[in-house]
Amino acid sequence: MEITRRRILEIGTGAFACAGFLGLPAFASLSDDAITEFTGGAEMGEGVITLTAPEIAENGNTVPIGVDAPGAVEVSIFADGNPEPKVATFNFGPLSASRGASTRIRLARTQNVVAVAKMEDGTFQMVSAEVKVTIGGCGG
Amino acid sequence: MKIGAWTAVAMLGLTSVTLAQDGNTLSIDGETIVTEAVAPAHLENLDTIYSGWRFRTSETQALQIDDFDNPAMIFVDQALDLFEAVDGSEGKSCSSCHTDGPEEFAGLHASMPKVVDGKLVVMEDLINSHRQDVMGAEPWKWSGADMQAMVALIGLQSRGTPMDVTIDGDAAPFWEKGKELYYTRFGQLEMSCANCHEDNYGTMIRADHLSQGQINGFPTYRLKQAKLISRHNRFRGCIRDTRAETFAEGSDEFRALELYVASRSNGLHVETPAVRQ
Amino acid sequence: MASGVKPRVKVPKTAAAGETITIKTLISHKMESGQRKDDDGNIIPRSIINRFTADFNGENVIDVTLEPAISTNPYFQFDAVVPESGEFKFTWYDDDGDVYDTSKEITVS
Repeated sequence: MEITRRRILEIGTGAFACAGFLGLPAFASLSDDAITEFTGGAEMGEGVITLTAPEIAENGNTVPIGVDAPGAVEVSIFADGNPEPKVATFNFGPLSASRGASTRIRLARTQNVVAVAKMEDGTFQMVSAEVKVTIGGCGG
Repeated sequence: MKIGAWTAVAMLGLTSVTLAQDGNTLSIDGETIVTEAVAPAHLENLDTIYSGWRFRTSETQALQIDDFDNPAMIFVDQALDLFEAVDGSEGKSCSSCHTDGPEEFAGLHASMPKVVDGKLVVMEDLINSHRQDVMGAEPWKWSGADMQAMVALIGLQSRGTPMDVTIDGDAAPFWEKGKELYYTRFGQLEMSCANCHEDNYGTMIRADHLSQGQINGFPTYRLKQAKLISRHNRFRGCIRDTRAETFAEGSDEFRALELYVASRSNGLHVETPAVRQ
Repeated sequence: MASGVKPRVKVPKTAAAGETITIKTLISHKMESGQRKDDDGNIIPRSIINRFTADFNGENVIDVTLEPAISTNPYFQFDAVVPESGEFKFTWYDDDGDVYDTSKEITVS
């Protein structure tokens, strides 16, 4: 790899960005409240449902995500760094097949996307994924 | 190879962004689109030209692989309705004259801009002159939703055909003017188009992965604005980012620049309507 | 937002009885979040599609509650089982009271 001044700048920016990602979102409590509203405070298991989301979103305005929740009757999606953490709730009807769905969402900044599923037996499952949102590209 | 620079950043923590530029081909519903070609002879500083699709993340690329997933197609659908909609004093729609439908325009986009009666015209000019002169209708705003939907519908008829704009003969003076603009440094940042899209494509400018600035996929659905973006709007955005006063959409400067930039895409397939970040 | 709203749906034309099929839907809508400000600094009021439903022969497949975090031009992909031939009905509910719908037939062999 050819080392140029520009590349060194990139490396610096990359390292700085990584350091920035370690900080947890300040709005976590807002999304906790929203999740509690959905679960009624019930304990949530992990490992049953999966969430597909990009590690890096090229633009936070349109981020493709998908959730696969076998055995779920309802799945709610939250974004813990958005001004309003609720994103969407999917209720699966009798003719729904896989208990999964995909959509495109808005993320205000780098944050965790959380999916919480209400299972057929009334228990709850959750999964979360961090999505890094790139800011500072060429707009307009 | 310069185009791999994103991976250098990726190693430093922004891991597993899979950019498919190394050998992946764009295939839309079974139709293969050429995203890499030998640079046209007039390009002195590039050997290979790449579609902007190659510089995007796999998630953004995926939006263009399937016409249903491509959000631009809702606007193409709207343009199909506009094509049939009567407007103006003459009581005509596009389809009153173009009875074979938009398919009549297969190949047209790949040859635009072109010189007609000594004037350089782009697709927006053709649409508006027909609206005014034939339909007696009000011209559409350059970057308006109706206009760009129609440009996308007509462009789609050429998807999969190689860009092939004429640069000699009548077109030569316009092309020379466009080339001069391309290499002119604008704004407080004193940057030309070439500084980013020829000298530094494949590297990062802040959070953006720089492409070669090819326009074979325009109008393009940009995730940022969530709508179809015209070529001139994108030119304006780039020049504004250099902190310059920009030329207007529909200005002769941008017509000439469009011809020159389109000629840099000669050989790449038309991708209209593409999806970009 | 009653004008310029156009739904698109993709449903296979045929399927085997009990087969799982994938459905995709897309609708043009600006999904104004209520978080943005205009040039004068005033909040632009929220105006979104707040609910989407898919039904087959009157039985529900999926019922979605949308919040302002759903992107402009809302897109959904999901699966359904089709027990017999019939009609899918897709409905979008706008904050302003408008309802947009579209239907697709499917033949089960």
